[in-house]
Amino acid sequence: MKHAHPAPTERAAAAGVSPDAASEAMEKARLDRQTDEGAQEMQRTPRELVVTGGLWPEDDETMIVNMGPQHPSTHGVLRVMMELDGETVLRVKPVIGYLHTGMEKTGEELTYVQGGTNVTRMDYLAPLSNETVFALAVERLLDVEIPPRATWIRTMLCEISRLESHLLFQATNGMDIGALSMMIYGWREREEVLRYKETITGLRMNHNFIRPGGVAADLPDGWQQSTLDLCDTVERGMRDYEDLLNDNPIWLERLVGVGVITTEQALALGASGPILRSTGFPWDLRKAQPYLAYDQVDFDVIYTENGDCYDRYLIRLNEIRESLKIVRQCVEKMPAGDYRVQDRKITPPPRARIDESMEALIHHFKLFTEGFRVPPGETYVAIESPRGEIGCYLVSDATGKPVRMHIRGPSFYNLQSMEAMVEGALVADAVAIISSVDPVMGEVDR
Amino acid sequence: MPDDAVPSEEIHKPGEPEREPADGVPPAAASEADEVAAAVAEKFPGTVFHDSHGQAVVYVDRGAWHDVVAFLRDEQQFTQCLDVTVVDHLVDEERLSVDGVAPERFEVVANFLSHPRNRRIRTICEVPADEPTVPSITDLYSGANFGERESYDLFGIAFDGHPDLTRILMPDDWVGYPLRKDDAPGRVPVAFKGDPSPR
Repeated sequence: MKHAHPAPTERAAAAGVSPDAASEAMEKARLDRQTDEGAQEMQRTPRELVVTGGLWPEDDETMIVNMGPQHPSTHGVLRVMMELDGETVLRVKPVIGYLHTGMEKTGEELTYVQGGTNVTRMDYLAPLSNETVFALAVERLLDVEIPPRATWIRTMLCEISRLESHLLFQATNGMDIGALSMMIYGWREREEVLRYKETITGLRMNHNFIRPGGVAADLPDGWQQSTLDLCDTVERGMRDYEDLLNDNPIWLERLVGVGVITTEQALALGASGPILRSTGFPWDLRKAQPYLAYDQVDFDVIYTENGDCYDRYLIRLNEIRESLKIVRQCVEKMPAGDYRVQDRKITPPPRARIDESMEALIHHFKLFTEGFRVPPGETYVAIESPRGEIGCYLVSDATGKPVRMHIRGPSFYNLQSMEAMVEGALVADAVAIISSVDPVMGEVDR
Repeated sequence: MPDDAVPSEEIHKPGEPEREPADGVPPAAASEADEVAAAVAEKFPGTVFHDSHGQAVVYVDRGAWHDVVAFLRDEQQFTQCLDVTVVDHLVDEERLSVDGVAPERFEVVANFLSHPRNRRIRTICEVPADEPTVPSITDLYSGANFGERESYDLFGIAFDGHPDLTRILMPDDWVGYPLRKDDAPGRVPVAFKGDPSPR
């Protein structure tokens, strides 16, 4: 009869020792060793295990299941606690904080000049929106007027940022639903956007390009052509998306009627952006409370009536088109002039001036060591980021650093609306719903 | 700005939703920033209006906090509570002083948005350090849930009546409130692998 563990006995037989004696000796040595270390020997009598499903009490039929924080469809480190009855989700509770890096605390330690490097890392898929809202808040506290060219550059870059973010949404949404070609398409176009942004700002992400007082540098030579080329590339890609998905029966089956939310729920839960607009509520800060140059460009607010995942997909898809429209108008209408305020207390002097002017050198040194002082005050500035209303609440105390730099992250509040959408859905739908909320955990946890 | 400033014509922004305000609410005017604040002040004596860089800010008494928010929601059409946050003024070099407001260490700040009237208001409540408690507004705006939890987590402000006042960003067993000015970020040594726990 073959032994259950043949390896030691075979080895013993090869060494010329009787198999039984060898295994007995080894067993004894093993037990001695275990006893020496104080380990308990496990009970050897075989136990009969019968799987009948009766392991849970009769009256407790629901189950709590954790999804995440490492689940690939939770967009980073979102953990979702779900109470399940079979395959149906009864309740859901998002658990966040896995990416909390204390950026608001860091913001209190950085000068206003350095602050942009911090906020740009929050919503890392639309960094330029974050920089813009921070810069606008600082400028409001300083009461400075920035030159029109800076405003238009900001407008254009915000829209580039929006379409970049929406392209990545298309990619990750496709991946979550199982449309993997969509993922490749989305990343393909986004890569072009990143490449373009590198030519403008010098960096693919985390630009710190939009700064209090204007933008960091003027647009490079030939930017008009590269911008228009980018628009054409994205537009060409979008035809692929629409051909692939818009009438795809599997796509419709997975998204239509899934994760429905009403306007009342969305408003009560603090949702904004595409989630709110998908419920038939055409609220867009770019139209309602125009900032930058949005009152001088022509675009439409995209909204739909059903409030389901498919509508949120459609809104983001069509917002890319509106963004392209705005970017093209920006290329057309870009005014000439300064790209930043010519106030040496706020923006640094040109590099060439530092070599020839003592004042310029001092200004440059002071600005990058101490920053500028902001009179005491507090303000809240809100703009429309790709995910909804992003706000910056800034409190100053006449020093070079803010007392409080709070970012109202749209993803943070949008996550709450997930609870209303998921109730009663299936687990597979929950994946689609999380995806359609499009949270960026860097911004949620800050 | 005085409460009875002359209304001017050109506040209507392009793209503003063409919705008529509900009964009793006059149409948009230049001094409208005062209007809600005036209504709040009339109903709740002790509130102070402040024009902060063109934004309407109302300093509210702690006892009236919940009632003012209810008033904003029910009678002034403020449809959304955008944000609840806290400021710690412990080490301010120079603090913004508003007439009629007795400054305390903490300020609880809530931002509200009215979609039908297309306007914002910010309510601020002074909270003393020895009793950091504020009534919760989650029963009025359920969206304030996360904001209040974050404020509790990072500043240790207790929101009375909040359904689930637990830490949200920091670990559950964390000691201290990280965004308070007397909570130094370097206090907790970096725990390298194999290092005994600092706590």
